[in-house]
Amino acid sequence: MSEPAWTDAVVAEHLRKTFGTLVAVDDITMTIARGEVFGFLGPNGSGKTTTIRMLCGLMTPSGGTATVVGYDVRRDAERIRRRIGYMSQKFGLYDDLTVMENMRFYASIYGLHGAARRARLAELVAELGLGDRVDQLAGTLSGGWKQRLALACAVAHRPAMLFLDEPTAGVDPASRRIFWQRIHALAGQGTTILVTTHYMDEAEQCGRLAFLSRGHLIAVGTVPEILAQFHQPTIEDVFIELQRRDEGAVV
Amino acid sequence: MSWLRRLPDLPLWPMLWKELVELRRDRMTLGLMLGIPAIQLALFGYAIQTDVRHLPTVVLDESHSSESRRLVEVFRNSGNFDVVRYVPDRATLRRLIETGQANAALVIPPDFFRDIRRGRTGEAQVIVDAADPLASAAALSSAQLAGSARALELTGAGPPALDLRVRPWYNPGLRSAVYIVPGIIGVLLSLTLVLITSMAIVRERERGTLEQLIVTPIDKTSLVLGKILPFLLIGYVQISVILVLGRLLFRVPILGSLPLLYLLSLAFIVASLALGLLMSTLVRSQVQAMQLSFLFLLPNILLSGFVFPRQAMPEPAQWVGAALPLTYFLTILRGVLLKGVGLGELWPETLVLTGFAVGLVVLSVVRFHKTIE
Ligand SMILES: Nc1ncnc2c1ncn2[C@@H]1O[C@H](COP(=O)(O)OP(=O)(O)OP(=O)(O)O)[C@@H](O)[C@H]1O
Ligand SMILES: [Mg+2]
Repeated sequence: MSEPAWTDAVVAEHLRKTFGTLVAVDDITMTIARGEVFGFLGPNGSGKTTTIRMLCGLMTPSGGTATVVGYDVRRDAERIRRRIGYMSQKFGLYDDLTVMENMRFYASIYGLHGAARRARLAELVAELGLGDRVDQLAGTLSGGWKQRLALACAVAHRPAMLFLDEPTAGVDPASRRIFWQRIHALAGQGTTILVTTHYMDEAEQCGRLAFLSRGHLIAVGTVPEILAQFHQPTIEDVFIELQRRDEGAVV
Repeated sequence: MSWLRRLPDLPLWPMLWKELVELRRDRMTLGLMLGIPAIQLALFGYAIQTDVRHLPTVVLDESHSSESRRLVEVFRNSGNFDVVRYVPDRATLRRLIETGQANAALVIPPDFFRDIRRGRTGEAQVIVDAADPLASAAALSSAQLAGSARALELTGAGPPALDLRVRPWYNPGLRSAVYIVPGIIGVLLSLTLVLITSMAIVRERERGTLEQLIVTPIDKTSLVLGKILPFLLIGYVQISVILVLGRLLFRVPILGSLPLLYLLSLAFIVASLALGLLMSTLVRSQVQAMQLSFLFLLPNILLSGFVFPRQAMPEPAQWVGAALPLTYFLTILRGVLLKGVGLGELWPETLVLTGFAVGLVVLSVVRFHKTIE
């Protein structure tokens, strides 16, 4: 099994997803370079989650093509799954397993066993400060801790690319900062990261941003590029301007 | 071979472990799984045992044979029919029922014995005074039970002509509980096992854990087997609970080999679990899963031979019955428990059930898609 050489972690071309008559994602073409921290922004229902799910092989595109870490999402979803980590928007770990049990389960599913697994789990516990919580049932954790646990499970196998769908929704500012420190640390080790957020301070920490509106990609670029494109002083203003156009389009 | 070498590293093991830990912490499900058989057994068993008793019955025996006398004996011994008179013709019979001197009649036609000897179905008629619908319904079902229990005896082993004699150890009173309890094992197993696994995948879908699970490289076979195998335990515990209670409460005999019964149950349990999982891939919510399981329960109760003998059913009903794993499992249960027969007699049913088990597991693996659409 030869690894395809890849320089772009994501290459999407005319990606499209429909649910019945609803067009959730329409004609998305974009490239995410290896090692980038790529921010996905857009109002509720603009198609962020749907795009990520197609890239992770969880949904089949209705049209267009995409490759992730060099593999086609339609043909090679299983190969992609080995090389990516994914944190779903809704907490997706087992409430009735403890923190350590969840981590051990996911590490094992990804093929870590024995001493290697023990070492990796210890490392993750230390990195995410989960030490005091390892025996707590995941369902009883507060929001911020749940997100840290979810991140730990998503990176247990050291994925080349990480998809984070609103990882800091409902998380207090201190925990958000810790969370973003981890994101930058992972990026520093070469992990490509696609992250969605509704927090503008987080958006400003991304290398590049993509704005989605009603399933369309309407702007891609670095923070200064986006600001220039929309003639706005801050990202938040860009966002509000887009939302206004969105609602205008409905009327 | 390569699959065997990969065996220790398969995601099946963490999957199994996770399901068992979750099961252990889910006290509610666990309690239900163990409590339901006990309660159901008591309900079914007693409800059926406390049929109408001592219905005044007249007999018109035109066969005058040993087998016709034996059938009368069977009805008498069931405790539901008190033979008050033998009548010479249908006119007398009609008069006695009309005047209320009798509530039921057993008519055995002249060729009854000849038919049985030739290996054909001997036909006898039961007439019940339907003025009291409840009493008559109970009498009818009890007559049916007595009849089918007798039929079971007759088709038990060897050429029919040699087998007309009743073995003294076998349920001489034809108590219905003895006949019904083995069936309850089967019905309960198919209900609860189908129910738990049909919920298994939709529950994960509803909680949002399925999305996180299927984004991993876990193979579909590990996922499906991981969902099925832990419930084998539950199935075996349920069988044991019912067997023990059936013995204590209703003195149900265990004439055959118990280890054989446990072995043969494996195929049925796996088939039921896989069927539930298959349903799980078809429904969108836990409520739908529950509805589908109960829908599935109906044909199992009516068409598997649990209460009504399948031979007496119209052909389409027999076909449906033949598509139900329970039909075959009932033959195995009754065969091992009541008749003491072994694999020599039961291999066709065993083969069919194994086919069901393998086919349904394969089908649910194929049907399961690692997407969330
Ligand atoms: N499985 C589905 N079936 C039908 N419609 C869907 C499905 N998933 C998403 N949609 C619809 O597709 C559109 C895009 O949804 P999506 O979840 O991708 O948006 P989002 O940008 O992630 O929004 P949010 O910020 O609220 O998470 C919405 O209108 C949503 O209702
Ligand atoms: Mg979303």
